[in-house]
Amino acid sequence: MIALDSRPRLAAKARIRFDRKTARYLLLYPERGLVLNPTAADVAKLCTGEHTVHAIVERLVEKYAPQPRDGVERDVMSFLATLTERGLMQADP
Amino acid sequence: MNDEHRPYTLVAELTYRCPLRCVYCSNPLDYGRHVDGLDTAEWLRVFREAEELGVVQLHLTGGEPLVRDDLEPLVEGARALDLYTNLITSGIPLSRERLARFRSLGLDNVQVSIQDITASSSDRIAGSRVFDRKLEVARWVKELGFPLTINTVLHRDNLDHVEEIVALAEALSADRLELANTQYLGWALANRRALLPTAAQLDRARRASSAARARLRGKMEIVFVMPDYYSEFPKACMDGWGRRFVVVSPDGLALPCHVAHTLPGLVFENVKDRPLEAIWCDSPAFNAFRGEAWMPEPCRSCERRAIDFGGCRCQAFHLTRNAAATDPACSLSPDHGLIEAAREQALRAPSDGFEYRAPRSAVRT
Ligand code: SF4
Ligand code: SF4
Repeated sequence: MIALDSRPRLAAKARIRFDRKTARYLLLYPERGLVLNPTAADVAKLCTGEHTVHAIVERLVEKYAPQPRDGVERDVMSFLATLTERGLMQADP
Repeated sequence: MNDEHRPYTLVAELTYRCPLRCVYCSNPLDYGRHVDGLDTAEWLRVFREAEELGVVQLHLTGGEPLVRDDLEPLVEGARALDLYTNLITSGIPLSRERLARFRSLGLDNVQVSIQDITASSSDRIAGSRVFDRKLEVARWVKELGFPLTINTVLHRDNLDHVEEIVALAEALSADRLELANTQYLGWALANRRALLPTAAQLDRARRASSAARARLRGKMEIVFVMPDYYSEFPKACMDGWGRRFVVVSPDGLALPCHVAHTLPGLVFENVKDRPLEAIWCDSPAFNAFRGEAWMPEPCRSCERRAIDFGGCRCQAFHLTRNAAATDPACSLSPDHGLIEAAREQALRAPSDGFEYRAPRSAVRT
């Protein structure tokens, strides 16, 4: 489980790429790709192992003001959980 | 072209040459007649044209891509285009130094094929003594920091070993394990009597792989590809003809799938003659089986036609001689009896002799 104070990092096999055709970011990994919505792309780009989930949520709250904090936090947590489940995210303590 | 026909993946078959002789090889039976027709600059142009068309994933495959000595500039060029670049290899012939070079050039993923869990059974399928070396290569892949995919083609001789194959992949710290049941095309169709498993075998293997998938979730991705021969409906072959994949053969033909050039009556164009985009968008062969107009009954009025697109054109042709027939693997196909007969044979009269992949005259053992 990823906690608020863990530092998520994209798995070695996953890579973010901008897609000119759809103007979206894609998360690419062997044989597959996920289309990221703009918020998910912001989160994924911050998953470098340096930032805590808490800090990532802060950044997004700032960027997407006046969206309520709880909602942003819920979205971030569920996105991270989905990626973890697929083996695309690791969490450093 | 709209998003309905956008290739996401380029399968670059760099050569048909390969030191191995796998009995299920999907290269065409007459591969020996095809030469490596594209040089480094031409492949790099194909990569660029593919990327402009929307491709984001690149599979460097063959044959054995390692036999090309320009693989380094090809990897480098692919990464300069930001393509997710996957080397699909048997691991032979490769040195650790060369693999390290691919790493520094930005190769994203390495997929190594392993035939079975012991050297003797594995080498019997590959037609060469390579098992121990493959394991060594797989270890290098991880040591050098690459993600590792292990691919095992399943058939009657190894289907009962799924648990052990999973354990082997775990021991190698694989990130992804593909358990792909043989597709009966190319050499596999010639060897079908020796390769086709029984329903009971398949059922056990499927349960073993589901259990492993649940156990390893988040750690190792496990993909189990069912054989059409035991499914009620066919798979969406290549995600549909000319929809998501573009294959370029060693001689430069742009194809919707890697054996499409075995279909008679279709003229596939060469990337040397026309830009990839023009071929993708308006060549008659790419358009032949797009949409629904070509579909016969029962596909034409079937609810699943937007899901499986009527199945595999090559399988339809190689079994019925009509590429526009409903895939006989479908239980609704009027030709489904052909599949039932093959299953019956797997149960009562399998063969234990293989025809090994070889150029021109094939040798039976
Ligand atoms: S299936 Fe075997 S023989 Fe065919 S290209 Fe792959 S490694 Fe070579
Ligand atoms: S009838 Fe055609 S469209 Fe329907 S399931 Fe069979 S192959 Fe697919």
